[in-house]
Amino acid sequence: MNDNMAKNETEFCAETSPILSVKNLHKYFGKLEVLKGIDIDIQKGDVVAVIGPSGCGKSTFLRCLNRLEEPTSGRIEFKGETVFKKERNEWKKEWKTLLTKKGTTEYDENAVKEAELSYKELRKKEKATEKYVQKHINQHRQKIGMVFQQFNLFPHLTILQNITLAPVQLKLKTKEEAEKIAMELLKRIGLEDKANVYPSTLSGGQKQRIAIIRALAMEPDVMLFDEPTSALDPEMVGEVLNLMTELANEGMTMVVVTHEMGFAKEVANRVIFIDNGVIKEENSPKEFFENPKDERLKDFLSKVLM
Amino acid sequence: MNSLFDNFGEKLYECFIEHDMWRLYLTGLRNTVIIAIGACLIGLIIGIIVACIRIAPKKNPIIKILDGICRFYITIIRGTPVVLQLFISYFGFLMFLRYVDFFGIKQTDAIFVAIITFGVNSGAYMAEIMRGSINAIDQGQMEAGRSLGLSWAKTFVKIILPQTLKSAIPTMFNEFITLIKETSVAGYVGILDLTKIQSYVTFQTTELFTPLLIIAAIYLTLVLILQQIQKFIERRLARSER
Repeated sequence: MNDNMAKNETEFCAETSPILSVKNLHKYFGKLEVLKGIDIDIQKGDVVAVIGPSGCGKSTFLRCLNRLEEPTSGRIEFKGETVFKKERNEWKKEWKTLLTKKGTTEYDENAVKEAELSYKELRKKEKATEKYVQKHINQHRQKIGMVFQQFNLFPHLTILQNITLAPVQLKLKTKEEAEKIAMELLKRIGLEDKANVYPSTLSGGQKQRIAIIRALAMEPDVMLFDEPTSALDPEMVGEVLNLMTELANEGMTMVVVTHEMGFAKEVANRVIFIDNGVIKEENSPKEFFENPKDERLKDFLSKVLM
Repeated sequence: MNSLFDNFGEKLYECFIEHDMWRLYLTGLRNTVIIAIGACLIGLIIGIIVACIRIAPKKNPIIKILDGICRFYITIIRGTPVVLQLFISYFGFLMFLRYVDFFGIKQTDAIFVAIITFGVNSGAYMAEIMRGSINAIDQGQMEAGRSLGLSWAKTFVKIILPQTLKSAIPTMFNEFITLIKETSVAGYVGILDLTKIQSYVTFQTTELFTPLLIIAAIYLTLVLILQQIQKFIERRLARSER
């Protein structure tokens, strides 16, 4: 009885605690604020489609999740562990605004001191966290698969080597194990005869599917797709989307930045619309496409869906 | 002009075969090749290390300092003539090497000075060549490696460097070829290299022009051999493009 309850509780916990959690994420490129406070929790098994006009920050958002891009402030947690945490800027701002009141009647020396102290304490804490995160970021990245618009296969390695490089180099598997898994994955996408050729001989669609199984070979908990079909010839888009649909049906957690509205509609269980650095709307695909509320989104959809 | 080539065959015989004159050329050739190969290896190693430091993310202060040193090194080496560097080594920094003899190379005391000087010189150029080709590689390669959980260093060694070496080969061979010919100034510090041999031959045969032509032909042969090696390597590396 007790055991059961404990088990139920852990299951409950596992279901509710998000696999990826983003809080108040900001990103500046110089003075340009690209992300203006993104909040989202991604649960296990979620397929999140991220859409939005170009330059709205959706790719930046995705790349911040595994820290290929360095966020400016906010917090990112992966499976409950900190991937990024920097929230001291707000505190600094508060301290500085208190300071500017110097000379006026509102100036309160104690409040300023307190603000300064708490800011400095937080800074110390966050620097320690950052040091810890830097040590473990590679381990997190192993479990966060990523697929790029330009495939980014390694041109000097054969397909098989492309897939086995990371698991073998990171000593997660022996060469034989890794090759066996790679061959199984290749068989799954029907490209086992390409194991020993170099990427330059493949078509775009084949390259992208290889890139996807290269990420899969690491057995990730979540997969990030950065416009995976944007660089493909139209006739090759289907094969890549099919593979992604298959993954989604198997319960893989996915975050997909895409312009493929069909995919967002059919496969995703959540769709978010990012515009001007904030999430303007988030909904189930049905509601999202049939009943958009945000004006900007209505405008966007009318243009892309025609 | 005519007189230069009068009895050319005879002069050739006199300057190359008579009295086993070819042995002299062979000594010169040996020294030139030793200096060139040694310098080339040192240059390659220095080049890779310096390029790595210059390209590494400047996160901690140690790398920043090393980067500063590397930049200084490249500026100085590229900013001064190699003959001058050779003199500065020979009469200054590397004087002690003149009295060392190992590997049984005795007659040419200064050969180690030359190897190191040319190596350090070549390293600066090699570093810039490498840096150029590293920068030319798509940023996505590093990102792909990092996204799989590989460290910066591992991605660099396993993914970036192999591609760099491939794309850098034409420019690197250019540097090797330049290096072989640059070693001709080694005679300034008394090394019996190929170019220096000319004065010995002239001394014995009173012939000035013919030995120069012979030496030119030998340099040319060396470079041709190097070109063939380059072709061979390029062809082997091109496999992944097919």
